[in-house]
Amino acid sequence: MKPAPFAYHAPNTIDEALAILGSDPDRSRLLAGGQSLVPMLNLRLANFDHLIDINRISGLNHVRIDGDRLAIGALARQYDVARNDVVQKRLPVLSRALANVGHTAISNRGTIVGSLCHADPAAELPAVLLAVGGELSVQGTSGMRNIHADDFFDTSFTTALDANEIAVEVRFELATGTTGWSVEEIARRHGDFALVGVVIQMTLEGALIGDVRIALFGVAPRPQRMSTAEKQLIGKTLDDTVLDQAVANVTASLNPPQDIHATAGYRRHVAGVLVRRGLLRASEDAKLRT
Amino acid sequence: MATAKHAVEFIVNGEPADTLVEARRTLADVLREDLDLTGTKLGCEHGVCGACTVIVDGRATRSCLMFAVQADGCEITTVEGLDVEGKLDFVQRAFTENHGLQCGFCTPGVLMSVHSFLKDNPNPTEEEIRIELSGNICRCTGYQNIVKSIAAAAASR
Repeated sequence: MKPAPFAYHAPNTIDEALAILGSDPDRSRLLAGGQSLVPMLNLRLANFDHLIDINRISGLNHVRIDGDRLAIGALARQYDVARNDVVQKRLPVLSRALANVGHTAISNRGTIVGSLCHADPAAELPAVLLAVGGELSVQGTSGMRNIHADDFFDTSFTTALDANEIAVEVRFELATGTTGWSVEEIARRHGDFALVGVVIQMTLEGALIGDVRIALFGVAPRPQRMSTAEKQLIGKTLDDTVLDQAVANVTASLNPPQDIHATAGYRRHVAGVLVRRGLLRASEDAKLRT
Repeated sequence: MATAKHAVEFIVNGEPADTLVEARRTLADVLREDLDLTGTKLGCEHGVCGACTVIVDGRATRSCLMFAVQADGCEITTVEGLDVEGKLDFVQRAFTENHGLQCGFCTPGVLMSVHSFLKDNPNPTEEEIRIELSGNICRCTGYQNIVKSIAAAAASR
């Protein structure tokens, strides 16, 4: 199948892009990496009257530390971000998650911000943002605003972005202290969308868990923090009883979907397995940073 | 307006090329139909199978997921651009000598992916080869000889 016709625009500045977007926001779509959007157009799962290609806009491909944030511009490619020195040193969970995202040809064009805005329920990057914390910097005709990670993901393929706004940057919180991470995922083949996945950030205070964030993906229309399990883990050491309780908290709170790829029961069970594995690995990872 | 044609120019396999295209035409279709470079294949048209992989500005790219208008001003290499004065290049030779293809449909995409891969990782382990290869689907070979061919290509350098 081939895409339905659309008018193509390639603005050179954000303001130009906003002007075009503003003239028909509901029938327009921004095009960055295109690795999620173009398949939908090719399969005619979606169609738009206007495609606004932002790839010609300069100043959007940065990866840099900005205070206590790692700032990544809208056009930074997944391949480059995964291999970036600053990312590998300060937010290695991002590189680890990106190893599971698609294949080289996909990550050569796919962007970090684009994946976040696409908000596929089975995608890794939204869960990373939820676990790590941070915000999207968004530009509209009336100026800039920040949308916090906790407020960004609404439901499948739907975020808090208005139709006439452009996400120009994502800013990930940079944890301090003895912090480690893990990314666990089950997929049919390497690079496939996850059936279930977990991203965990854990900060140790001596032998005890000082802070922990557990984000699940693939089990709901948007990534989910396991707040009950998180609260129960604070101040504890990771022994079998504590792990069992965390797994029980997580599986009890889940209502995963049933589809052609996996049953709800399978997803629920695997979520528990991955959380157990992920907690242990995040703890080991944190200890490496002591 | 939606069916308006755009003039695009690019360098393909070292030669300038230009054509007039609707915005919705993919780079894959324009290479195949407008430039008669049918070496690049269409398998799934949604980025999963890898048969359409070409090199755009030095990066392996799914040509089915890029519109030709986006490639205006780019340098593109397709499978037709690999041979060196009519002789197989080192990757093509390794595939021939190690029976790395049967029907050959996935092969152009594999060759372009391999070129990009070996540039970044000239001495890959077998595991690294297999992980990289997960971006190209082959129905004939069972991948064993493809892995062998890639290892042989790397070793031949």
